[in-house]
Amino acid sequence: MSGPSTYNPKSGFERWLDTRLPLPRLLHDTIHTFPTPRNLNIWYTFGGILTFCLAIQIVTGIVLAMHYVANATLAFDSVESIMRDVNYGWLIRYMHANGASMFFLAVYIHMFRGLYYGSYKAPRELIWIIGVIIYLLMMATAFFGYVLPWGQMSFWGATVITNLFSAIPVVGNHIATWLWGDFAVGDATLNRFFSLHYLLPFIIAAVVGLHIWALHVPGNNNPLGIDVRSPQDTVPFHPYYTVKDAFYLVLFVIFFAIFVFYAPNFFGNPDNYQQANPLVTPPDIVPEWYLLPFYAMLRSIPNKLLGVIVMFGAIASLVFIPWLDTSRVRSCRFRPLMKQFFWAFLVACVLLGYCGGQSVDAARFGIPLVWVARIASIYYYVFFWLILPIVGLIETPKKLPASIAQSVLGDSAAAPAE
Amino acid sequence: MAATTHDAGTRRDFLYVASGAMGAVGVAAIAWPFVDQMNPSTAALALASTEVDLSTVQPGQQVIVKWRGHPLFVRRRTPAEIASAKAVDVNSLPDPLAYNDNLADNAPATDANRAIKPEWLILIGVCTHLGCTPTVSTPQMPEGDYGGWLCHCHGSQYDTAGRIRKGPAPRNLQVPPYSFLSATRVKVG
Repeated sequence: MSGPSTYNPKSGFERWLDTRLPLPRLLHDTIHTFPTPRNLNIWYTFGGILTFCLAIQIVTGIVLAMHYVANATLAFDSVESIMRDVNYGWLIRYMHANGASMFFLAVYIHMFRGLYYGSYKAPRELIWIIGVIIYLLMMATAFFGYVLPWGQMSFWGATVITNLFSAIPVVGNHIATWLWGDFAVGDATLNRFFSLHYLLPFIIAAVVGLHIWALHVPGNNNPLGIDVRSPQDTVPFHPYYTVKDAFYLVLFVIFFAIFVFYAPNFFGNPDNYQQANPLVTPPDIVPEWYLLPFYAMLRSIPNKLLGVIVMFGAIASLVFIPWLDTSRVRSCRFRPLMKQFFWAFLVACVLLGYCGGQSVDAARFGIPLVWVARIASIYYYVFFWLILPIVGLIETPKKLPASIAQSVLGDSAAAPAE
Repeated sequence: MAATTHDAGTRRDFLYVASGAMGAVGVAAIAWPFVDQMNPSTAALALASTEVDLSTVQPGQQVIVKWRGHPLFVRRRTPAEIASAKAVDVNSLPDPLAYNDNLADNAPATDANRAIKPEWLILIGVCTHLGCTPTVSTPQMPEGDYGGWLCHCHGSQYDTAGRIRKGPAPRNLQVPPYSFLSATRVKVG
């Protein structure tokens, strides 16, 4: 909880501005004095990292759009021109492509943090739901963006995913044609995907604003999962968390830079360096790594419509988590049974991702991967719809600490703080 | 005690200033690629030079070639055109400067300063008034009174050395940097 604003305009100009557009006051209250739990750890720095990723994608994207041509005959060559002719074009392109992977890596860590520490539980349900909306927008943006270079994987990935809509009974084929603007993925599709790819990040930015606003009503959760009870439980956001976030942001950027400069095509698929050919399908069509778990779910169901329902249902299930989890205790630190299921869920997601990247009939150690994907998909649904409700009711949680301050500062917290 | 406090203060100050300086260098290093990407790419720079084949141009004929996005007049002058250009008194011209990128800025607009070889007049075909492309004058189809060019947009007239003689244009037509690779090939830019 932030409480009343403590902003005190000092200069004449500050007072003038404060009575007309209190932007300095807003900044002061949200990132300067905002009382934040004093026990936040590394996993809480990814929100700031995500904001940075969004800014990087928008800036590099707008610059790329100065040189990219969204036309089926010119797109692939325009990307190669960016890589070869535009000053520092190679750098900006690699930043944008690897930035997308970093963006999703950060968002998955951010989401798993939320699951582990119970950040989705009351009164923060709406923050979680807004987060799911941001995640959906991110997946749409990434999907549209991947089509733009018009390589083989761009084209065929677009074909596979837009063909999913034809699974809808009665209207499916009409919807697919409407999406394509043609009888198949083509120039019309490319142009509209470029328009939407440019648009959605700004929608994401606006929804991120809602996400942070919703967060600032109750204030941050913390690794103990217990509420802030007194000012001793918190520290001002600046300098403690501005510096902590900046430090971990620097580490993240170093990690990002390793890919941009030393392994820029690590996350990519070599097939996308071939121009799109509507008449030749590559042997294995795979999306980018961050969409692989859902791709594995889709392919594990032999029925077309059911596969689509299972895949979209997996994302839709996220919305209900605040109500599926029945536990009164937020953080898995004090939930010894749920903690095991959480790690198993992480393993299931990684397994699904692995299966999604292999060919459909692949097998490891004699086990067909499609069965691994089926079992992992079943666990995915069981985790949300059975384990979350049941474990909350039957689990005996560990004893919670008396307060955040007491947990961080020890018994000296009982004495009056300065 | 005083010495310790003094030391702690200046060390912190040093760290602040050093970090700020490194941060500023870092910001400049990050910003530069985003600024530089808007400069002409190597594809645009590759078109900065154009070679023109002169072998098919007849005396009294002009060809127009695209150079750096502009029309380039390559005119093979007849002896009469050369003579009428040389006969003009430079001091009577509205614009006495040569505007020749191969020469110094203050070179006068003599005919010798307007063409490396008198027979070949190479000019940027952009009217110095507001940028239209002037029409060439030939004996069969005269344009303007001076035998050079007439710009139909606002009536500027140029002579056989491409110098402004009448009309709203303030300057002579620009001579680009060029050199002869052979008798029949010239490289512009």
